[in-house]
Amino acid sequence: MLAVEVSHIVKSFVDKVVVNDLSFSVSQGEIFGLIGPNGAGKTTTIRMMMDIIKPDSGDVTILGEKLSESTKNKLGYLPEERGLYKKLKVIDSIIYLASLKGMDRHSAEEKANELLSQTGMLPHKGKRIEELSRGMGQIIQFIVSVIHDPKLVVLDEPFAGLDPVNTDLLKGMLFDLKNQGKALILSTHQMNEIEELCDRILMINHGRSVLYGKLAEIKSKYRSNSVLLEFEGELGEVPGVTEKRTHKGYVELVLAGNTTPQQILERLVSRGMVINRFEVATPPLNEIFLRVVGKAHE
Amino acid sequence: MTLIVPLIALLLIVVSQLVSGIAMPTVEIATIGYVDELGGFQQYTSQGNITLVRFDTPGDATEALIRGDINEYFVIPPDYISAGVINRYTLEKQLAASPAVTTVINNFLTSNLLAGKVPEATVARIEAPLNLVTTRLTETGAVAPEQGGYGALIIPFVFSILLALSIIFSSTYLLQGLGEEKENRLIEILLSSVSARQLLTGKVLGIGAAGLAQVAVWAISAPLLLNLAYSSIGGFVSTIQLPPNFIVLAVVYFILGYLLFSVISASIGAISSNSREGQQLIGVFTLPLLIPLWFTSLMMFFPGNPVWVFFTIFPLSAPVEVIMRLGVSVIPAWQLVASIVVLVLSIIGILLLTTRIFRTYLLMYGKRPSIGEVLRSLRTG
Repeated sequence: MLAVEVSHIVKSFVDKVVVNDLSFSVSQGEIFGLIGPNGAGKTTTIRMMMDIIKPDSGDVTILGEKLSESTKNKLGYLPEERGLYKKLKVIDSIIYLASLKGMDRHSAEEKANELLSQTGMLPHKGKRIEELSRGMGQIIQFIVSVIHDPKLVVLDEPFAGLDPVNTDLLKGMLFDLKNQGKALILSTHQMNEIEELCDRILMINHGRSVLYGKLAEIKSKYRSNSVLLEFEGELGEVPGVTEKRTHKGYVELVLAGNTTPQQILERLVSRGMVINRFEVATPPLNEIFLRVVGKAHE
Repeated sequence: MTLIVPLIALLLIVVSQLVSGIAMPTVEIATIGYVDELGGFQQYTSQGNITLVRFDTPGDATEALIRGDINEYFVIPPDYISAGVINRYTLEKQLAASPAVTTVINNFLTSNLLAGKVPEATVARIEAPLNLVTTRLTETGAVAPEQGGYGALIIPFVFSILLALSIIFSSTYLLQGLGEEKENRLIEILLSSVSARQLLTGKVLGIGAAGLAQVAVWAISAPLLLNLAYSSIGGFVSTIQLPPNFIVLAVVYFILGYLLFSVISASIGAISSNSREGQQLIGVFTLPLLIPLWFTSLMMFFPGNPVWVFFTIFPLSAPVEVIMRLGVSVIPAWQLVASIVVLVLSIIGILLLTTRIFRTYLLMYGKRPSIGEVLRSLRTG
């Protein structure tokens, strides 16, 4: 069963269409990347999935059920702009917000202690929220978004403000959730995080889907016809190569229109060269993002 | 705030007892001198706690005043009968002669002027001609169960102030809570857990319960404070009575008034971008709530004026107005019915409007929508 199925949702505010006929699905046990420039409609899409606002038309289905009050307990949400009750203690904040998700006090406290200990936050459980650093507050918010064992977790910029140690800790926890079969939707501007964590992505711009599918397939579709080469000795002229770009430690060979990387490799090997690295160049997601969004701006 | 109001009342009682405790002895031991230039003022020199001492000349009286033998003196000039002027001399800086001194001089002059001319009992009546005892009759001519008077005013008056305070505190509290949740974006997490309607209901009921608890603390502390105040206001406490239906109407108007202001606060909390802005906006609505308190004395002396009917039916002022009017007059049944119906309809109307805009504007941060935008979203819902 699909964890989330969004079909043809439309949302407009006053006269502006913010999300326009958007459809996508997320499977269980998958980390799904939701990317797009500022104002593309990501947050509005997330809010519709979280049942915070209703779409003007179209449907959102969570685990085969239409969104309703009862499905809300299966959702976990870490909003981009976040905060907690400043004067409340860490443990009380977690228990209160967990109780809104239908947990009883006892099991909320038990699970809170477990997660606090897992994140190394147990010594701070009696502190007030205002005494915590920004990164610590964010860990608490992450705990709040997963404590009730949701089937779908949406994380909006979860790594912003975290130090490398906590970023690593959080990534580990995300992979654990994925392995437990949860569906995770990750929205971030940090493309390297998407490349590291996500199986599939959806890129939206002006409320519409512009890229959707497996990350590897998208990258191969956008690859330029070039290879990256690290070698020993002299390269000389290689037939089928139109341009050589020398980078630090490696060379990028731009291939002629009908030449394949396979042919180039054969030619190099036949010369008896020592090759340390031969890689079909795929552009980083960042570059694809700029190309797709940039094109839309033109 | 719950405990501060009773504590302020306690402070007032203690201070007023201290002040009256200091003021009383000076009256008790007073000796007043007088110079009789007209002649014939020899009797009645002992007036309660104050003794009057005669001096032959103003010079003698001044010396006695400076020595401290007397507190003050007055001179009855030869033309007193025609002019009516008495000259009073004192060392103290005062706004005016104290009521006790004025009464003593007044009675001393009256008694001496009338001595031997009319019977003693008549003199006493001339000095205090009126002790008005009013009895209210019903239309059948029987003595009415509710007699009115200041004794009937005190509880409605105190309760109306408490009601206004409680409503203002709870609305402010609700606004602050919503403002804080908007400012720190908790509203997103709350709305992803509960529906906007559940959130609104929970807030109104939760803060309503807190408001009721507050009023309960005040109501329980009131009899204790009244007992403490007994020595200050004396036998007045025994005249205190509750107007009929007071408790029922007090509860009804507390609940309705509270509901009205909490739905107003919720909608203001939704559209304002922070709690400070919200508090400025709610002021527009709490002002009419307090209007009846400004006109307390007018209402006491002109209870039949049609202006009060307007304030009774106008929903924002109704809760306080009705409670206060119960103390000064009888409110016709049709006015009570109209007032309650208008209140209930206003609550339902504002609640319906609020649920339409609540969710949209709770998620809108940073800028307050213009009135036009709010109206448009009310239409589109």
